[in-house]
Amino acid sequence: MSEMKKIKNLKEFSTSADRFEGANLLCPGCAHSIIVREVLNATNDDMVLSASTGCLEVCTAVYPYTSWDASWIHIGFENGSTAVAGAESMYKALKNKGRLKQPERNPKFVSFAGDGASYDIGFQWISGCMERGHNIMHVVLDNEVYANTGGQRSSSTPIGSSATTSPAGRVSYGEKKNKKDMVAIMAAHGIPYSAQVAPNKWKDMVKKIQHGFSVDGPVFINAVSPCTTEWKFDPKDTMHLTDLSTDTLVFPLYEIIDGHELNITYRPKNVIPVEEYLAAQGRFKHLFKDEYKYLIKEWQERVDANWAYLQRREEARV
Amino acid sequence: MAKKGWDEFEIGAMLRTFDGKIDDIAGTRQEDRAYSQNSSYTASVADWRLIKPIFNKDYCIDCQFCWIYCPDVSIISRDKKLIGVDMDHCKGCGICVEVCPTNPKSLLMFPEQADEETEIANWPKKDEEEA
Ligand SMILES: Cc1ncc(C[n+]2csc(CCOP(=O)(O)OP(=O)(O)O)c2C)c(N)n1
Ligand code: SF4
Ligand code: SF4
Ligand code: SF4
Ligand SMILES: [Mg+2]
Repeated sequence: MSEMKKIKNLKEFSTSADRFEGANLLCPGCAHSIIVREVLNATNDDMVLSASTGCLEVCTAVYPYTSWDASWIHIGFENGSTAVAGAESMYKALKNKGRLKQPERNPKFVSFAGDGASYDIGFQWISGCMERGHNIMHVVLDNEVYANTGGQRSSSTPIGSSATTSPAGRVSYGEKKNKKDMVAIMAAHGIPYSAQVAPNKWKDMVKKIQHGFSVDGPVFINAVSPCTTEWKFDPKDTMHLTDLSTDTLVFPLYEIIDGHELNITYRPKNVIPVEEYLAAQGRFKHLFKDEYKYLIKEWQERVDANWAYLQRREEARV
Repeated sequence: MAKKGWDEFEIGAMLRTFDGKIDDIAGTRQEDRAYSQNSSYTASVADWRLIKPIFNKDYCIDCQFCWIYCPDVSIISRDKKLIGVDMDHCKGCGICVEVCPTNPKSLLMFPEQADEETEIANWPKKDEEEA
């Protein structure tokens, strides 16, 4: 195995030569690219990448341009994970046959996909990759909505969020179904590593990505990706929203090793009320009307219960 | 090589990010890479901006928060020092200004037509209330 890139602090990290380029067409302030940069810069090894259909793919491969300085493939919405798994299988086969031209290079196989492509449409494909034990990493850019097609709800959309297919209005408070717990579902495949990350906690993220690269077998990463367009906040506030997501514990940061051993990796010093997270986004604006205020209380109770659950699991070491 | 229009490529043509061979991309700085005309690095989104960041190095502590959180690879850092903003790729989101911890900030947003020298000469003073 090649040596792990040393990243002691942010100054040292900033000497990385990016392999993701600007003048892509992502919205100003889009968190997808912040996440991609942190993942790519976590290693100096060669990379074989895929993107499933969605904002990241559409905006970084606008003919005749590519924003990727690495092998990159896009096939469809559902099969970014299997595309990379196929490349990884071929790589393994060539290696076993001694036919690699540069066997000393140690490429990393990473699939990027949205929550729509991961929680819904590519779900069985990802599950297959996890089950078959490919040496790949699947990274979800979780903006909790089908952003690229105008904001339809996905099974990652949280309760009370207004989406174009579950709009808030006179008769509805928006999305009514609970967000799917993908990290737990993926961990249940018994994979060596699954984790939730957030780009504001770059050190935690880089550590998890590097750990993911070091294990043998499939890795699942869920990254919170605040979407200025669909969550409805000012582009300059992307990092503020990310801070709110981790410090309200709406997006707790943790990892699950070998499918069962759960470690919480970030404990906010001051836990912020969930209400502040909701208030910062247009998609939850209607929850502040008198008739829907009970939902804010329920939100807090759900987040508290989840945090208690994660802590119990961490303590139990099961 | 003359730049080809989007409709001038042959169907099925292979488009590469770099002209010629590159062995160690992660070990080669952007300025030393031979980007082909198919890398978006050679394109510009400068005309997206209504406001732009101006960098004042007098207050900068080189913490690199702006470097890590810029979505558009537009904060140019070399040898652990911030040396400027890539105005071809900056979309004017303002994240770099928000995350800059100095007082006064070392990056501020101005209208696109603002003059850098003038703005740096008139840079706001330390905000005592915030300190
Ligand atoms: C099989 C299939 N169904 C639907 C679409 C249309 N489509 C393209 S992108 C997209 C939304 C992607 O959402 P998500 O995966 O969450 O990524 P995001 O754009 O939010 O980053 C949809 C529905 C498609 N391209 N292929
Ligand atoms: S719609 Fe959201 S996810 Fe898509 S490019 Fe814009 S900010 Fe990024
Ligand atoms: S305004 Fe946005 S795109 Fe421009 S340098 Fe700052 S963070 Fe990067
Ligand atoms: S965030 Fe501010 S202080 Fe830190 S490197 Fe950037 S400009 Fe300098
Ligand atoms: Mg999405």
